[in-house]
Amino acid sequence: MADLRCTIAGVESINPFWLASAPPTDKYINVVRAFEAGWGGVVWKTLGEDPPVINVSSRYGVHKNGNQAILGINNIELITDRPLETNLAEIRQIRKEWPDRVIIGSMMAVIEEDVWKSLAVKIADAGVQGIELNLGCPHGMCERGMGSAIGQVPEMVEKVTRWVKDVVDIPVFTKLTPNITNILWSAEAAQAGGADAVSLINTVNSIVSVDLDAMAPNPVVDGKGTHGGYCGSAVKPIALNMVAEIARNPETRTLKMSAIGGIETWRDAAEFLALGAEGLQVCTAAMLYGFRIVDDMIAGLSDWMDEKGYASIEDFRGMATPNVVDWNALNMNFDTKAFINPDKCIECGRCHIACEDTSHQAIEFAVAEDGKRSFTVIDEDCVGCNLCELICPVPDCIEMRPVDNGKPYLTWPEHPMNPMKTAD
Amino acid sequence: MSLRPSKASGPDETSGPDETSGQNGLSGEDIDKNFSDLHDPLSLLQAKAEADRCLYCYDAPCIEACPTSIDIPTFIHQIRTDNMVGSAKTILSQNIMGGTCARACPTEILCEQACVLNVSNEQPVEIGLLQRHAVDHLLAKGGAHPFERGPDTGKRIAVVGAGPAGLSCAHRLAVYGHSVTVFEAKAKPGGLNEYGLAAYKMVDDFAQKEVEFLLGIGGIEVKYNQSLGGTVALDTLRADFDAVYLGIGLGATNALGLAGEDMDGVMDAVDFIEEIRQADDKSTVNAGRNVIVIGAGNTAIDAAVQAKRLSAETVTLVYRRGEAQMSATDFEVNLARTNGVDVRLFASPVKIQGEGHVTGMTFERNAIEGGKLVGTGTTFALPADKVFKAIGQKIAPDMLKDFVLDGHKIKVNDRFETSLDGVFAGGDCIKSGEDLTVQAVEDGKRAAQAIHKQLNTGGEA
Ligand SMILES: Cc1cc2nc3c(=O)[nH]c(=O)nc-3n(C[C@H](O)[C@H](O)[C@H](O)COP(=O)(O)OP(=O)(O)OC[C@H]3O[C@@H](n4cnc5c(N)ncnc54)[C@H](O)[C@@H]3O)c2cc1C
Ligand SMILES: Cc1cc2nc3c(=O)[nH]c(=O)nc-3n(C[C@H](O)[C@H](O)[C@H](O)COP(=O)(O)O)c2cc1C
Ligand code: SF4
Repeated sequence: MADLRCTIAGVESINPFWLASAPPTDKYINVVRAFEAGWGGVVWKTLGEDPPVINVSSRYGVHKNGNQAILGINNIELITDRPLETNLAEIRQIRKEWPDRVIIGSMMAVIEEDVWKSLAVKIADAGVQGIELNLGCPHGMCERGMGSAIGQVPEMVEKVTRWVKDVVDIPVFTKLTPNITNILWSAEAAQAGGADAVSLINTVNSIVSVDLDAMAPNPVVDGKGTHGGYCGSAVKPIALNMVAEIARNPETRTLKMSAIGGIETWRDAAEFLALGAEGLQVCTAAMLYGFRIVDDMIAGLSDWMDEKGYASIEDFRGMATPNVVDWNALNMNFDTKAFINPDKCIECGRCHIACEDTSHQAIEFAVAEDGKRSFTVIDEDCVGCNLCELICPVPDCIEMRPVDNGKPYLTWPEHPMNPMKTAD
Repeated sequence: MSLRPSKASGPDETSGPDETSGQNGLSGEDIDKNFSDLHDPLSLLQAKAEADRCLYCYDAPCIEACPTSIDIPTFIHQIRTDNMVGSAKTILSQNIMGGTCARACPTEILCEQACVLNVSNEQPVEIGLLQRHAVDHLLAKGGAHPFERGPDTGKRIAVVGAGPAGLSCAHRLAVYGHSVTVFEAKAKPGGLNEYGLAAYKMVDDFAQKEVEFLLGIGGIEVKYNQSLGGTVALDTLRADFDAVYLGIGLGATNALGLAGEDMDGVMDAVDFIEEIRQADDKSTVNAGRNVIVIGAGNTAIDAAVQAKRLSAETVTLVYRRGEAQMSATDFEVNLARTNGVDVRLFASPVKIQGEGHVTGMTFERNAIEGGKLVGTGTTFALPADKVFKAIGQKIAPDMLKDFVLDGHKIKVNDRFETSLDGVFAGGDCIKSGEDLTVQAVEDGKRAAQAIHKQLNTGGEA
């Protein structure tokens, strides 16, 4: 069986699966249950200065698909609402009880040097293996000058990271907000401040739905709502891209990453690792299904690794990164065509109408005398967009077949049709 | 998921016939059990899950398979998007009796047979149950009728028969703004929805509820106990109205042509079913102990199954040909078998026994020789205290004399017009598709369109 042990920014973990700083890591009972379930580590719910914050009632909204499955959660909760010492005492207790598991202390504060420093020292002294700086919370805390209010300003990201690095000798994870124009600016700032790793992404600014009776955004708090933080499988594509950007950027490619955002299955996990993340954090999936989902994350990842012949995570970590390139580096001569297997086709017509209405009118629809409906790709008109293959409800019925045209790899900058082409 | 065979299994037979408590000995509880919905309605959760199985096909084959061309992928999509009222409107805009059709249609040979999921050997989407879910939602919600009447055209149309063919036509004419008077021979509307469909398909007085809903459009007056050829003359209707439409169904039945057919205990299956449907208390319906049903269509099946559910000890359905020739669907034949009906094939009735009251019947075995059905000469006898004949219905002969016929039915052209000017017809009394509720509704709708066109253009459409 594959070895899932790993080292994340120098912190050793029995597996790459940590629970992200959130309600699942809010207190002793949750964390103990998580460790019993098999999670490798937790990032404790973000700690702040006393007095603790007060939360509102009515805190979550969700985005569902037609089959009532939740695609994403939006929340308007703040950081821990319990006194600092209560949290630290529990951390000390679990530290003793679970020596092989990781506890990272998450923290946030207003932009004042001594506040950051004294809080960081108190948390480090409780025995955590690392500190994560929450510079991402996009609701509530930012109105008080914390969270994303700091994370959106690269200079502040650098400054806060440096303040904490100055006073602790354990790894520092700077947690980034996706609510910015370019993730590299914050990642580079964190790196300049001395961060041992970045954790990304925090939640995406969102209004998840509008209650059409209350005429207010969800979650509705006594007739009003506010924008919240969106997370869950819906944000995974955003997170994957940001992780990939940092991994392939020459300035940040050595920066360690703890990837977060929509990780729900072993496959999601493998994808983030393939893009170079060292570790993974999960929140929404645990909130939706309970801590037991880690079972299949562990089993699925190691089964897949066994099948592929990867003995350890390092064997495939970052393997997809070199294949993430600029559009300008793609091969313009690559040609792929849809092929519809008539033996598998159930005649639903979805491919036809999609291509006919919105793509390239490349799927011919015919009805035979016996009423049998047939759908055939017109090769000349198919541009190889994949739309039909993606929407076809039958597994492996539509296949995209690369055409062997014998042409060389040719990028847009080299392309004869490119008006900006530099003479060769 | 298969919700289909929910309650197709046999009747509850905890108590046998008992002369002391009513006619068939069933308690109120047994009756409720045996005559509750054949297929339980879907809960909202089930409906949502089932709706999600629909692939939302383009130019979907199920639409074509529905005689009324309901836009099935759209109404199912609307269930998915929580637009339940919109879903019901999508259904009712094509089929105003979508509620009855959802209960009574043999979907296994209509829409659900065309579902593309069959191609990959999956259960088809439960279109009928979804349709019922949406329509029932709208009916339960009440409120204003979902369709608006057009401005009054001043035209008056007589509709004869308040069955699905007649009422569907009346409703569509009312939508166009015409004024409709319906003449119905019986004391209640609904036609076979009220008198013929099996009791376990139409629980909770649904036929009457649906008619009440349908008439909510306004502009339709129904006159009961008025029969064409009796209290009402065709010539009068033609003179008094701008157009006449006949939806009179099939009022008469075929006879076996055997001596003793008039004996006590020998009756038409449709009359037996009507008795069940109209009984305030089904325990008063005497279904007999040993029952023979002759026929092979859904009337035969319905009579046999309901007799069994009324605690008949033996019910034998006898048909002269093989199972493949039965007009009842496979589902219905299986329904009979799982209800304990003994289905005997290749046997023709040759004699009715009894004196005053039937005591049994004799049948001759048949065989196929050279592709032809022939009697073998060997016979067998079955005891019976009830014989239900279900060998076909026909138009009451006195109704036919005014018309050019097509076989045994009223001949119409593609505008549903009969050989008499300004007289239209639809439903079971014409040859359109199969004799099904849904076909009658479609005929009525299309005849209304044709009448509307003709009246608006003042002549040939
Ligand atoms: C026992 C039985 C079970 C059936 N089960 C099913 C089923 O499960 N599913 C299905 O799809 N189909 C079923 N059918 C067929 C279906 O009921 C008919 O196809 C449908 O009702 C035809 O509608 P219609 O309006 O043409 O005729 P009908 O429903 O027969 O309505 C005709 C109406 O006209 C009235 N009428 C007749 N003569 C006159 C007159 N001279 N003057 C005034 N009014 C008159 C009648 O009283 C009646 O109200 C069944 C039929 C029977 C007999
Ligand atoms: C294949 C594809 C191509 C798109 N191209 C453009 C584009 O050229 N310009 C643009 O402004 N938005 C483009 N968009 C974004 C859409 O306009 C829209 O903002 C986005 O898809 C979100 O809306 P939706 O998810 O509700 O459809 C594109 C979206 C898709 C899926
Ligand atoms: S790949 Fe795109 S263009 Fe080609 S047939 Fe499919 S939908 Fe049409």
